[in-house]
Amino acid sequence: MEKSVYLDNNATTKVDKEVVESMMKYLKDDYGNPSSLYTLGQNARSAVEDSRKRVASILNCEPRDVFFTGSGTESDNIAVKGVARRYKNKGNHIITSAIEHHAVLKSVEHLAKEGFTYDIAKVGEDGIVDVDHLKSLIKPETILISVMYANNETGAIQPIEEIGKIAKEREIYFHTDAVQGAGKLTLDVKKLNVDMLSLSGHKFHAPKGIGILYKRTGINPIPLFHGGHHELSVRPSTENVPYIVAVAKALEIAYRDIDEHRAKQTMLKERLKAGITKNIGNILLNTPDNSVFNTLNISFVGIEGESILFSLDEFGIAVSTGSACTSGSLEASHVIMAMGRDHTTSHGSVRFSLSKYTTEEEIDYTIDKVKSVVEKIRKISPYK
Amino acid sequence: MYSQTVMDHFRNPHNVGKMENPSGVGKVGNPQCGDEMIIYIKVENNVITDVSFETFGCVAAIASSSMTTDLIKGKTIEEALALSNKEVADKLGGLPPLKMHCSVLAEDGIKMAIEDYRKREEEKKNEQKI
Repeated sequence: MEKSVYLDNNATTKVDKEVVESMMKYLKDDYGNPSSLYTLGQNARSAVEDSRKRVASILNCEPRDVFFTGSGTESDNIAVKGVARRYKNKGNHIITSAIEHHAVLKSVEHLAKEGFTYDIAKVGEDGIVDVDHLKSLIKPETILISVMYANNETGAIQPIEEIGKIAKEREIYFHTDAVQGAGKLTLDVKKLNVDMLSLSGHKFHAPKGIGILYKRTGINPIPLFHGGHHELSVRPSTENVPYIVAVAKALEIAYRDIDEHRAKQTMLKERLKAGITKNIGNILLNTPDNSVFNTLNISFVGIEGESILFSLDEFGIAVSTGSACTSGSLEASHVIMAMGRDHTTSHGSVRFSLSKYTTEEEIDYTIDKVKSVVEKIRKISPYK
Repeated sequence: MYSQTVMDHFRNPHNVGKMENPSGVGKVGNPQCGDEMIIYIKVENNVITDVSFETFGCVAAIASSSMTTDLIKGKTIEEALALSNKEVADKLGGLPPLKMHCSVLAEDGIKMAIEDYRKREEEKKNEQKI
């Protein structure tokens, strides 16, 4: 396989060279424990606190409201389980949406075993949460609403500001899983009206294994782990200094260059969309206009996503699919199904997710290969 | 994830396409599970002289269709009925556990095509009697 075209950046991203360089010092030289009082430890402490400040400036919050965790999943779990458990005396009802990441959905389902109840806000055909429906689900005992910022499969941007406003008026805690929004949309927590927000480093060119949780001062989730005083005991365990430095650097780069990234990736996404639409019949767009600039999800009707994925892999192109066959569960994507698509369409969905490294030549190559692969697989299918 | 044999059959599947005037047709699976298979057979003197398929499905489903049709071509009806999904999977160099149902689907497809053939034969006989 000579060529490599990586179009699965919503799954994970390549670590930026600048990011790698920024963290090396804390692997090789300043390897101290930030809790140690001697110079080596205090150098590490300064790096952690400096990183916290940098993240806070992008989130428009106080540094003390920024917590470093092990992943986006962990941030989601602390926010959802931690807040529900802390405030269960105020009420036991939670609202989330049909298109959440499993880190939120499964957390909520788990809470149901602890005596909580929940409702799921539906989405329209465009994959955007129906705010009126969400509103109708609110009860006096609702304590938490968790709705994602941008969907990982379709890229659809959710009405976070609006939901945040509704939650605020009713004194309901509001969390957003903003993992797919990082580097693409504003993370200003005041503008977004959120009480808590989760991020994952490896989605914006930092390494895997580092997450961020923003929580407003005054909210005290019950921690998942118990241990030392690290991260104000919200997330005890010795701070992962190199990765904390890396995630702050990566976030900084993402917002430093966001205009350039938006312009280039919007152009490339439109090129890909036009190329596929023009050359291939019987397709369905699963990505609405109001979507993050790097994501394009298309269903190729009559064929199945996994066979498209493997065929493109033969040409060195990496994409993902909402088909059952890759989920490990034999069920089609809950996101595409929630949009009211039928099974065949859901199984035939393919997600292309771009990054700042994607080139025009790669997009043209991809259009060409998608065309031939779809034609080939359609010949085998009983649905033409 | 997949064996070399599976990938070879997926890349260049054998016996693809709809058959004109088949002796029997078997349609199995459903789009809900993400796979659907149609098997066409031509039978002469109790021997499957030709076979083809159309499949909506994943890599394993397409490879299983290809391998199964290869295995029953030239076989008698009885030999074809004796084919098990395990044999199909083994010949493919194994399938991931979650994909074993694809080989079951292929086995069922053959059985249904033969059933359909027998039904048609029965109808022909009845017509002749009348």
